[in-house]
Amino acid sequence: MAQHGIEAHEHKLVPLQTRSERPRSTSISDFPELSNRQEIWRYLPMDRLQGLDAEVIGEVTQSELSIGLSGTVTANWIDSSEKIVGTAGLPEDRISAIAWTNASKTLLVEVPADQEIAEPVFLTLKLEELAAKALHIFVKVGANAKATIVLDHIGQGFLAENVEILLDPGAKLDFVSIQDWDNGSSHVSNQFTRLGRDSTLKHVVVSLGGDLVRVTPSVALDSPGAEIQMYGVFLADSKNYFEHRPYVDHIAENCVSNVAYKGALQGAGAHTVWVGDVLIRETAIGTNSYELNRNLLLTDGARADSVPNLEIETGKIEGAGHASASGRFDDEQLFYLMARGIGDTEAKRLVVRGFLNEVVQKVGISQVEDRLIASIEQGLEKAGV
Amino acid sequence: MATLEIKNLHVSVDTDQGKKQILRGVDLVVKSGETHAIMGPNGSGKSTLAYSIAGHPKYEITEGEILLDGQNVLEMAVDERAKAGLFLAMQYPVEVPGVSVSNFLRTAKTALDGEAPKLREWIGDLKHAMKNLRMDPDFTERNVNEGFSGGEKKRHEILQLELLKPKIAILDETDSGLDVDALKVVSEGVNRAKEETGLGVLLITHYTRILRYIEPDFVHVFVAGKVAEQGGPELAERLEAEGYDRYLKTEA
Repeated sequence: MAQHGIEAHEHKLVPLQTRSERPRSTSISDFPELSNRQEIWRYLPMDRLQGLDAEVIGEVTQSELSIGLSGTVTANWIDSSEKIVGTAGLPEDRISAIAWTNASKTLLVEVPADQEIAEPVFLTLKLEELAAKALHIFVKVGANAKATIVLDHIGQGFLAENVEILLDPGAKLDFVSIQDWDNGSSHVSNQFTRLGRDSTLKHVVVSLGGDLVRVTPSVALDSPGAEIQMYGVFLADSKNYFEHRPYVDHIAENCVSNVAYKGALQGAGAHTVWVGDVLIRETAIGTNSYELNRNLLLTDGARADSVPNLEIETGKIEGAGHASASGRFDDEQLFYLMARGIGDTEAKRLVVRGFLNEVVQKVGISQVEDRLIASIEQGLEKAGV
Repeated sequence: MATLEIKNLHVSVDTDQGKKQILRGVDLVVKSGETHAIMGPNGSGKSTLAYSIAGHPKYEITEGEILLDGQNVLEMAVDERAKAGLFLAMQYPVEVPGVSVSNFLRTAKTALDGEAPKLREWIGDLKHAMKNLRMDPDFTERNVNEGFSGGEKKRHEILQLELLKPKIAILDETDSGLDVDALKVVSEGVNRAKEETGLGVLLITHYTRILRYIEPDFVHVFVAGKVAEQGGPELAERLEAEGYDRYLKTEA
């Protein structure tokens, strides 16, 4: 286990490039073709891309995305050429640029300023066709508004997706992205977020199913006082490859970021990758940042890669730390539970549930939590744990 | 009436330097209602005895027997030993993140009884036991041992002892790290369990302090993995005055 903060030590490893130097463009030709030799595609099973890296792909139809609105929230399909598109972030890789170019329409979800929306908005994408498709969603939360939005991916299909999230000053959003695909699905999702002054975003990634799921949530903290909580919880079995790459870019002063991803893996061939990047720029005085990834391997033959990266360009910060650990069951925990009469299987279940619970509890939406808990139970059943 | 018999117990552990023998022939009989104090210097094998009885996988029994009412404990899995009526109050209880005390206790009770406790009765028992141990009601919502102070951990161990009602309990240095007030509260809990269920107690301790609150019927002095001397409560008083030096010198 590695756990350390800026006060504890200095990093001696110099990265090949600083995270901020990665090119941004909407043009496919600005990015090289995918290869495992590039760091960002290093782990990706190329044979599962299912055409998502082709320059021309289809587009999600409006009937495939069902929209459950709440309160005064609106949702409209707009032309992707409209000015607002691209204001929360721009592609940093080829598949994102492909999705950008091929999505002629963008679903614009708007929460009006000063509105507090009690019930969650549900966006449910259900694919049933095995063809590569592009989707672009833009979420805009007005000043001092408060809302919860759940983006759910189900069914079977191949999806290249860009999600932009823009929070105006003082806005507060809980955003949950669920990847619960049937087997045989592939999904690459880039989620760009930009936070206005003193706004707060809770970004939750829940990955439960899909042959290939790659989610890259990034946040530009370029207004003072903004706060982001990034949580992830995933349960991978032998059919799944899940990759999560959260990136927090601290630009303005006095921003807070907290990243915590936890996953359980089971079965030969289950593979998860977590690469967490945090960049604290020279201007980001007073930053408070922490990132964590923990993986629990329930059976032999599963593999979890975990790479926390922390770049710090100023010493005038509140704190910055990271922790990463992947391991098997803790024998001492099992012994403790069993010494109280709890059987081997039940003890393991308690430990796994507890392990994931820490993040599950953070979701804060009962429908989503219930579904997550049911999925975890199902997964444990399958693993024979 | 329950009887725990330990016969000629030899135990070793794997270390980086190879196998190391820790217990070298321990004989001990603990019956319901009796309290046996196991005392001895650090490294004499007291905790090894406790964990070997509970079945920790780290300890290898190379010779001897452990019987509970004539049944071979060494053939039982860890949870089966608990179901048979053994309980180990641990010196360093581990954290179990994300598992609440309330969930943990109910799961353990259900496992031991073979059925879920009646909710109303259970909540009543839990509240009552916690009040006796001067524990905050919201304690049950916290995760098992997570962020507990030393005193809270020990109270939590004794709370389990009172709720799970074993036949024989091994208390592994339950007194360590407790201030006088906490020591009294914890000792009261043990005495209540003795009174209510006729609990047999194997009380492992380095110091005589806890014996002022939990009165032993027998005292066994452990040195280098064996019982070096045994007697009644008066032996503890002698240890209080003289310490363990006498035994260590003869060993040398």
